[in-house]
Amino acid sequence: MKSMAQSLKAVWRFYYDGFRQMTWGRTLWIIIIIKLIVLFVVLRLFFFRPTLAGQNEAEKQQSVGRELSEPKVRL
Amino acid sequence: MTILEVASSQGLDWSRAQFALTACYHWLFVPLTLGLALVMGIMETIYYKTKDEFWKKTTQFWQKLFGINFAIGVATGIILEFEFGTNWSNYSWFVGDIFGAPLAIEGIVAFFMEATFIAVMFFGWNKVSRRFHLASTWLTGLGATLSAWWILVANSWMQHPVGMDFNPETVRNEMMDFFAVAFSPAAVNKFCHTVTSGWMTGAVFVVGVSCWYLLRGRNKKMALASIKVGATVGVVSALLVLFTGDRSGIEMAENQPMKLAAAEGLEKGGKGAAFSIVPGVEVPGVLSILATHDINGYVPGTQDIIDGYSYEKDGKTITVKGAKERMESGKIALQAFKDFRESAEKDDQKAKNEARATFEKHKADFGYGYIEKADDLIPPTGLVYWSFRVMVGCGSLLLLILIGLWWQQRRGKLEQSKLLLHAGLWSIPLVYAAGQAGWIVAEVGRQPWAIQDLLPVNAAISGISAGAVQTTFFIFLAIFTVLLACEVRILCRAIKGHNAE
Repeated sequence: MKSMAQSLKAVWRFYYDGFRQMTWGRTLWIIIIIKLIVLFVVLRLFFFRPTLAGQNEAEKQQSVGRELSEPKVRL
Repeated sequence: MTILEVASSQGLDWSRAQFALTACYHWLFVPLTLGLALVMGIMETIYYKTKDEFWKKTTQFWQKLFGINFAIGVATGIILEFEFGTNWSNYSWFVGDIFGAPLAIEGIVAFFMEATFIAVMFFGWNKVSRRFHLASTWLTGLGATLSAWWILVANSWMQHPVGMDFNPETVRNEMMDFFAVAFSPAAVNKFCHTVTSGWMTGAVFVVGVSCWYLLRGRNKKMALASIKVGATVGVVSALLVLFTGDRSGIEMAENQPMKLAAAEGLEKGGKGAAFSIVPGVEVPGVLSILATHDINGYVPGTQDIIDGYSYEKDGKTITVKGAKERMESGKIALQAFKDFRESAEKDDQKAKNEARATFEKHKADFGYGYIEKADDLIPPTGLVYWSFRVMVGCGSLLLLILIGLWWQQRRGKLEQSKLLLHAGLWSIPLVYAAGQAGWIVAEVGRQPWAIQDLLPVNAAISGISAGAVQTTFFIFLAIFTVLLACEVRILCRAIKGHNAE
């Protein structure tokens, strides 16, 4: 029976070889990485801060309760 | 309307537009993932059974196109969750665990399953056994399908909220019955209809690309074999889409009659309602059959729903409250909600209990308290009406084309049927048009509700400026357009560059 270390090494080699032997996959990985940076670093941090962020449960209840009690937006 | 109200209303419109834009782009990638996964699985199963290297190479080619689509499309759905938190914070809080639980399960189980087996599928050729590789290909598809399941459970709950109870104390919906949410008929119908339409998209894509090869006289053996599998999957899935669409029609008539009335442009309904093919061309009784499976079934129109209506069913008279009446009741519920919260702040237990009792009595109509004009309850009829016709028209045409392709390849005369090959190639934009139109019917048809009968979009929206949403709308438009251009370019390069002979 293989030891845990041997199994982990086999898994590592599997992924390492897979990534190393990629051809067209490299372009796709570059696109994925750029996309994830734009989404999670640029958009999430600078444009999509959750409106209720920084409030505790009670404050969120208050905040949404107030908004729902006095709706400001018309259809 | 005051200047503040105009600005808020613009913020609402831009938030709706942004959500629509994101969802539409996201749905360009998802159905192809679902459909190609099935076609790849079938092709690899043939390879596993026959040990013919031709099928291995054919599977690897379609797997490459699957990989391109998967890579470009991955994480596009995350943006919808960003929008929930920023633009729709009232909604996000209001839905509570109902949304949180399915999405958490989707993230943990389905996504990790998909991510694990996709690596084996791409890197594992010649490294793992054929049986394990085949299992990984099927499990990748199953992972993607399970992801779709949980997301569609959340979406179905917005169409037909069940298994929950709104608590005015926490201002949240609390889950009362997980299984009622996860396996509601609306969720099951939506899942089946959506996933089978995804299978159809994948099958049409395979058929379309193969037709292009045949028209160019290239990769003939691979193209003919792919059409054999693709057209078979396509015809079966198109029939399943028809069947599940019928179930969805019945379910829509029961739970969202306004959506059905808008999809038909039906102002005044009745028994033996006619189905409108296009304005002015109607088939008597067909709408009643589609909505109730009874030629004499009653189908209400938009005005009936606003005024209230009654009809006979199984010898009983069923009376449905009109929207105007529900708006009156909703105003009482909304006032009781305010009183409840004010008395809670003042710690006036008696007033709180009285307000709670009033609220519970009118709770079913709470969402209607936010509606000022009854006409606001009618979704944009033109958009829903024509989207429905595009969906059904494209779907029916695709079924005919797929049957034609399947039949001609069976007779061995497909290469000579140039017109049919062109039709097969042009089926690709048709299947996307049908899928997009289907989602427009589902989502625009639900308007003005974010959650049917519970929360309209004007109450679901955050207090956010129109300018901020406008900025991110155009950022998304640019990002998604670049991603789509990348996808089309890389796919075209992979298709043009493939030489299977």
